[in-house]
Parts: sequence; structure tokens; C-alpha cells
Amino acid sequence: MLSRVADSIYWLNRYIERAENIARFVDVNLNSMLDMPPGVTQQWEPLVITTGDRDVFQERYGEATSDNVIHFLTFDSNYPNSILSVLQLARENARSVREVISSEMWEEVNQFFLMVKEASQAGALGTLPDFCTQVKLASHRFAGVMDATMTHNEGWHFGQLGRLLERADKTTRILDVKYFVLLPSVQWVGTPLDQIQWMALLKSASAYEMYRKSQHRITPNGVAEFLILNRQFPRSIHFCLAQAEQSLHQITSTPRGTWCNPAERALGRLCSQLGYLTIEDVFENGLHEFLNQMQIEINQVGNQISKTFCAVEPV
Amino acid sequence: MAVQWDLYNPEDFYDELFSAKGQPRQSAAALIKWMQGLRPDELQQHRETAQIALLKLGVTFSVYSDNQGIERVFPFDIIPRIISAQEWQTLEGGLKQRIQALNLFLNDMYGEQRILNDGKIPHEVVFSATGFLKPCIGLKPPSDVWCHITGTDLVRDREGQWYVLEDNLRVPSGISYVLENRRVMKSTFPAIFQTLAIQPVDDYPSHLLETLLNLAPPQLPDPTVVVLTPGIYNSAYFEHSFLAQQMGVELVEGRDLVVVDGYLQMRTTQGLRRVDVVYRRVDDDFLDPHVFRPDSLLGVPGLMDVYRQGRVALANAPGTGVADDKVVYAYVPEMIRYYLGEEPILSNVPTYLCWQEKDRNHVLNNLEKLVVKAANESGGYGMLVGSSSTEVERAEFAERIKANPRNYIAQPILCLSRVPTLIDHQVEGRHVDLRPYILHRGDDIYVHPGGLTRVALRKGSLVVNSSQGGGSKDTWVLNHFHE
Repeated sequence: MLSRVADSIYWLNRYIERAENIARFVDVNLNSMLDMPPGVTQQWEPLVITTGDRDVFQERYGEATSDNVIHFLTFDSNYPNSILSVLQLARENARSVREVISSEMWEEVNQFFLMVKEASQAGALGTLPDFCTQVKLASHRFAGVMDATMTHNEGWHFGQLGRLLERADKTTRILDVKYFVLLPSVQWVGTPLDQIQWMALLKSASAYEMYRKSQHRITPNGVAEFLILNRQFPRSIHFCLAQAEQSLHQITSTPRGTWCNPAERALGRLCSQLGYLTIEDVFENGLHEFLNQMQIEINQVGNQISKTFCAVEPV
Repeated sequence: MAVQWDLYNPEDFYDELFSAKGQPRQSAAALIKWMQGLRPDELQQHRETAQIALLKLGVTFSVYSDNQGIERVFPFDIIPRIISAQEWQTLEGGLKQRIQALNLFLNDMYGEQRILNDGKIPHEVVFSATGFLKPCIGLKPPSDVWCHITGTDLVRDREGQWYVLEDNLRVPSGISYVLENRRVMKSTFPAIFQTLAIQPVDDYPSHLLETLLNLAPPQLPDPTVVVLTPGIYNSAYFEHSFLAQQMGVELVEGRDLVVVDGYLQMRTTQGLRRVDVVYRRVDDDFLDPHVFRPDSLLGVPGLMDVYRQGRVALANAPGTGVADDKVVYAYVPEMIRYYLGEEPILSNVPTYLCWQEKDRNHVLNNLEKLVVKAANESGGYGMLVGSSSTEVERAEFAERIKANPRNYIAQPILCLSRVPTLIDHQVEGRHVDLRPYILHRGDDIYVHPGGLTRVALRKGSLVVNSSQGGGSKDTWVLNHFHE
């Protein structure tokens, strides 16, 4: 498969997954804000912090009001990681590999983009929860259509890699939202409000019901463990990375447990580290610090994949 | 509001579907009867459904100078154009004859140049054509075929007489719209397809793939064919991607290709892989910066060397542009007589060549009655339609002609035939042309039934180019002969 095509399918999936997760961020905050007791200032800045683009935001918008933050994350066409922008990028990538992906996939991306574009023109802030739901569903539809209509060949595995790495990264960021929301008010830990926020967070990761089935009580350790280490839940970091590792080895035909390129080595190390970690270890060193480190390492895996397979070096 | 077909008047034009007011042509009778039976507004609804389908499919073209965004849906009218089986038979024969002669001409131009030496075409006409590429002299493409894929533009005048307007021998576009329009028509009007015997068009990709595979060196068991595109910002990108997809071959850009070890290779995730046949949708000038434009990033350095050694095949061969120069066009009937010893089945539009003094004077004195065209532009650029021009524009063109007479030709303004077209809830006549697609395989020439019918959506306009506000229609070639 052409290197350029592999790269485009990888990014197509990353961008679709990214759009879905931005919708989740916005949603987690909307939900927890609704349950805040009267008089508590709404906190939207944490969302900006977790994107890693705080400087960009402050320069352009200044104050982190709900309207500012929501516009920034959803429809700001000058911010490359807004839902609108990533959809545009996803579509552009899909367009450049239309002949490789299935027509159904292309149509799904095209319609997804048209839906977001229309919403951005309508200024759909009043119907934001509905919009977030639409974005999440469209992303699922895309993944489903891809799974069911594209041969599970090399290109498909590159797509999986993109989606799973993006999802793992965003799960770390969703968890981080809670850390930043709670940061100014440590005295709330363990209160009903704390519970409600953890629940909102689980719901935003579509993990609430699955969590209840496996852990019952909602505790910070339980939630963090579920979203970081659970081996069966499809949005947990460990699950995503283990699946990504499988796809990577399908591409190269190298047996798991061994490696033949830096991407396999970086991802393999990360997976085995997670495999032998306990949640107590995580909290001992600080959840936020752990998440931060995860983001750096996932990022490195992405860079290695691109270097190994997609770099178009002049010959 | 129902479409009032009884009010439709072909007026003083040749109409493709009606012979007179209220009188559909025999070939169109069944269609018109069926459309008359539609409920009020049903036709408009169908049009909207079709347009939405095309938008969702992303059947678009790009406009370079459009600030609104780079992609547009090609406007599509759902009233088809019908060509009877008899008419098609004549066109098919005429097109085959023409392509055959053009190919012999190309072979001659980059070889012995007999037709020039025999004085049938002046040397200077060919040597001054920008499409004549000196680096191609002496090349021997497989089976002596230069132009594998041609899109020839045809029009009909007020009397219904067919004329060839131009031959597009470089990288003709539009076949993807033919196939997508038909797909949308079939899903919009399934009923009519069951009653009329319309020649199917879906097998074009198979014919194209066969044509390309035939070009590969004979000893290869499983040759690799690719489509070479300039990239997603090219106006015909949709088509490049569509054709690659329909044939199941790779769509590559110049940056995916490299010449290594004397072969053309593409960069894959598993390393380099050899390419045997390139259907290139990149213009000659951009193919190889070592030979043609040195600033081009769209092509592949060294490609022409590999081509010369017969280690890769190109469709179309570089250099074909010399035969679709608008001045050389004037000599195609002569080529048919010279190479084939036959009279042309299809006529050229009478053409004045501005580099000849007598013609030039006539052109300069009659600008308002003529269409003036630059010899080397396409897409409706660089032309003057005399009847709808201002005095200032005519004066400007007169200067251009005097400054560079070789670059201009002029033709009488033909009154193009019309087809009923859905405009604001009613049908009105709009002018059309037709671009059939022809595949040349050496031993066999295939003419795809129908082609792209482009329609000038603006009232009275004769300009059908998509870049100038034109749309398209499905083209139905009927299967059975009327007595």
C-alpha cells in the first residue's frame, strides 16, 4: 500500500475519533455544570487546559466563558482542533484516498462533514447536547461502516491504529478534566458533588453502565482503574493500546512480544507497562502526572509509526 | 405546479427531443409520455433528490477562482438527451475513422513526417504547435498507438447536422459524470429504464482497464496499473479518484513515484514497488521535470527515460497535444483522406486560420459573426463569442489576433441544438453539446455509447463548460432501430 495512502487512512480515523472526543469533553462539562449547586462558578477553563492549546485560546478569546470555550472547541474554523476543523481534515484525507476506502465510508465522512458545517452555520449552541450526540453517533457510524465494508487489510489496520491511539490519548484527557475541575476545591473530594462529577465523567466516556456492572461503587480509584487498566472496556487506555499493538503486528507480520521497528518497540513497552501496573501505583505517583506521561508516550508511538511507514524520504 | 409539456416550444432551433411544438421525436415519445404522466411537482422533487444524491456522493469539480470554496456539485438536469440507434451508428463510425487517422498522424509526426513532406499540411503549422514535443521524436509507443483515450466534442447546428468541434487527445475529463449521472438517473427513474431499451454505460471501467493492461510489456503476468493525478486540488480530481476506484488500481501522485534501478516505482509501506502502466491525468509539460518544465513538482524526474526504454507505458503517450491544437484540427479531414483514403464521415466546423492572411482579414472584418478561439486553451477560456461581445472586447481580440495570428482560429457561430431542461418548475430549451469517449487499443477501437451531454443552463448561452456555469444531462443511446 502506498505510504501516503496509509498515512491518510491513519489520520482520517484519528480525526473522526478526535471529533467524537471533543464532543465528549464538551458534554462532560455541560453535564457536570448542570448539577453544580447555585453560586458555584462554572468552570470551562479546564477543558481548554486539557486540549493542550491553552495559549492559543487565551490569545484569541481571553476569558474562558462557556460561550467562548464551546465555540472554540466546536465551530472555530481557525482552531485546527475544533470539531469543524478536524472534520474538514478528515474529509480531505478521505477525499485523497477515496479509491482505497469503500464508497460507504466516503459517503459517511462527507455527510458527517456536511452535518457539522450546517450546524456551524446555524450557530447551534442552543441545541448543543443534541449536536454532541449527533457527532458521537456519526463517529460510531463511520467506525461501523468501515468495519463492515472495508477489507481488513493493511489499510484497515492503519485506520485502527489511528483510531485507537487517538482514543487512548483522549481517555487520558477526559480523566484529566476531572482533575482540573476538582483542583480548586479539594474539600469536595468524597462529597455527593464529587460522586456526581465522576458519574458525569463516566457517562461522557459512555462507560457508566459498564462501570456499574464491573465495579458497582463509584470511587475515584475505581473509575480511574476502569478507564486506564480495564482489559475489556473499549475506551480504556490499556484496551486501546493492546488492540493497536495487534494491528501494528498484523501490518508487519512480526510476532507479538518481539519487534522489528521502533514503533513496535515503543508500543510494546507501553503495553507491557500497563499490563503489570496497579491503580495504587498510579495514585501513588499522582494521577495527573501519570496521565501526562501517558500522553507523551502515546504521542511518541504515533511519531514512530509515521517515521517507520509513512515518511516520504527523498531517494 | 405541474410541468406543462404542451407549452414547450422548440422554436427556431433543432431540438433533440421534439420535432415541433407538442410533437416528440419518435425516439423520445415514450419518455415524454411517461414524464407527462408524473404528478404535479414530481419532476422537481426528482431533480432535488438527484442533486442531493450527487452532493452526498461528493460528485464535484473544483473551480480555481471561486472564493466560495473549491468544490462544487456539477449541476445536473434530469431530463435526458436521447440519441437514436441509427444516429449513433453513424457517429460511432465517424469517430472511429477520425481517431484512427489522428493516431496515424501522431505516429507520422514523431516519425517520418510523410504528410508534411507530401505537402498536405504546412510544416510550420505543426512545428509551431505548442503541443508538438521535440523530445518525443523517435518514440515508439506499444502497438504504435499514441492516443488511447479520446473525448471528442460534437455539436449539431440548426438543421440537426453533426459537426466535430474539437478532439481532446490529452487528458479528456467527464466520463465519471457520465457514469454517476446514470447511476442517479437509474435510482430516480427506475420505471422508465425498464420500458426503454437504453444502452448501459457501466462497463466503461472494464474497457478502460483492458486498454491499459494491453499496454503493459507482454511478458508480465500481473502488470501494475496506476492512475497519476496532480492531487486533490485539481479540477478533475473526483474523476481521477473515481476511475482508480472503479478499476481497483492505485491512485498515485508524483510524490508517490520515483525512478530507481531504471524502473518507475511507487513508495509503499513495504518499500518500493514497480509500476508498469500509468494512466496519467497530468499534462505533458508536467510529466518529467528533467525533460519538460523543470519547475514541475507534479511529475516524476526521469520518467521519460524509463518510458523511452519501454519499461513503463503511458496513456496517453506524451506529445498527443499536437493533434488537438485548434489549427491542426482544421486539417483532420485531410488526414483522413491521406492516411485512410476515405472521405470523412463527420464534418469539421468550417474554420478560419488567422495565420493565413486571407482568413485573418475575413476574421477581423467579421468578428461579431464569429467565435474566436485561442489554439491552445480549453475549458471555455481564451475565447470570444462575437454575437454576445462588446465593441471593446472585439477590439481587444483584434489586437491579440494581430499580435499572434498563429494562436487564433475563428468559426461561424453555430446555433447549437437544444434539449428541454427543467428551469424553475418549467421546461425550457437549452443548448447542448456531446462528448463521447473513445478507447484505442491498436487492433480495436471502442466507442462508449453516449457520452457527456453538457448543457448551457443560462438562457440563450452557447457556452457549456462547467467552469462557465454549464451543467450536464444523462445521454441515452437507444438499442433498437426504428423502421
